[in-house]
Amino acid sequence: MIGLSHYLVISAALFSLGMMGVLTRKNAVNVLMGVELILNSANINLVAFSKFSAGNLSGQIFAVFIIVVAAAEAAVGLAIVLSMYRIIKTINLDRADTLKG
Amino acid sequence: MDKNLLTQIVFYFFAVLTVGSAAAVVFSRSLIRSAFALLFTFFGVAALYAFLGADFLAATQMVIYVGGILVLLLFGVMLTHKLYEVNLKSETYQLLPAVVVVLGVFGVLVTFMMRTHWHSGGQSPAVPTTAAIGELLMKDYILPFEAASILLLIALIGAAMIVRRKSE
Repeated sequence: MIGLSHYLVISAALFSLGMMGVLTRKNAVNVLMGVELILNSANINLVAFSKFSAGNLSGQIFAVFIIVVAAAEAAVGLAIVLSMYRIIKTINLDRADTLKG
Repeated sequence: MDKNLLTQIVFYFFAVLTVGSAAAVVFSRSLIRSAFALLFTFFGVAALYAFLGADFLAATQMVIYVGGILVLLLFGVMLTHKLYEVNLKSETYQLLPAVVVVLGVFGVLVTFMMRTHWHSGGQSPAVPTTAAIGELLMKDYILPFEAASILLLIALIGAAMIVRRKSE
């Protein structure tokens, strides 16, 4: 029987892998991919809790909002990456060490 | 074959697909491979949503993540590298400390998930949820719904403003 803990473990694994991506990469697009993994893991948690709480749909509603925020984050994040590439010709995060616009 | 067993087999297939392709995203040396592995992760997560009886979310996941965010990420990859360069590599750094930290976090998470006695109100019936979600969004969650729409508008205008070339 597949219970709540199965989903929680999958989501913990996804979260850890996303964190790994954020920690070990210097390419900005790769870091954004890690952030997407983390957001997806949070979503799995919310939907699983929603499923195992007898017809309470709040978890799914929150998942919808997280998807909205993820879309906004991806759009703004990639816009920043593109303008960073235009200014310093690389998207290595270590090279982005000046605040001058 | 026993129906329960079949369900478990399919569930574990999608679980392995999700986590395995997420690992490919993180450890692959090539950015393009990472992006396409991410496609399978999103597919797997959508399948898990379907398993959890969240049909609307599974469809949303496919449309927004696979159709939107993934394409956006691929644009990001393509626009920030010269395509004729073979140098689409992305190295990993600080591997050992990161592995230690991540395994620690994973251990803590799983330990506490297993130890906690989750109060379960029983499983939700597997009925279509789209109508119920729509009704909740228009009744109980109308303020967050409007706030989210404004957030999306601001984010899209902001993104367009940031990448716009300065006109002289």
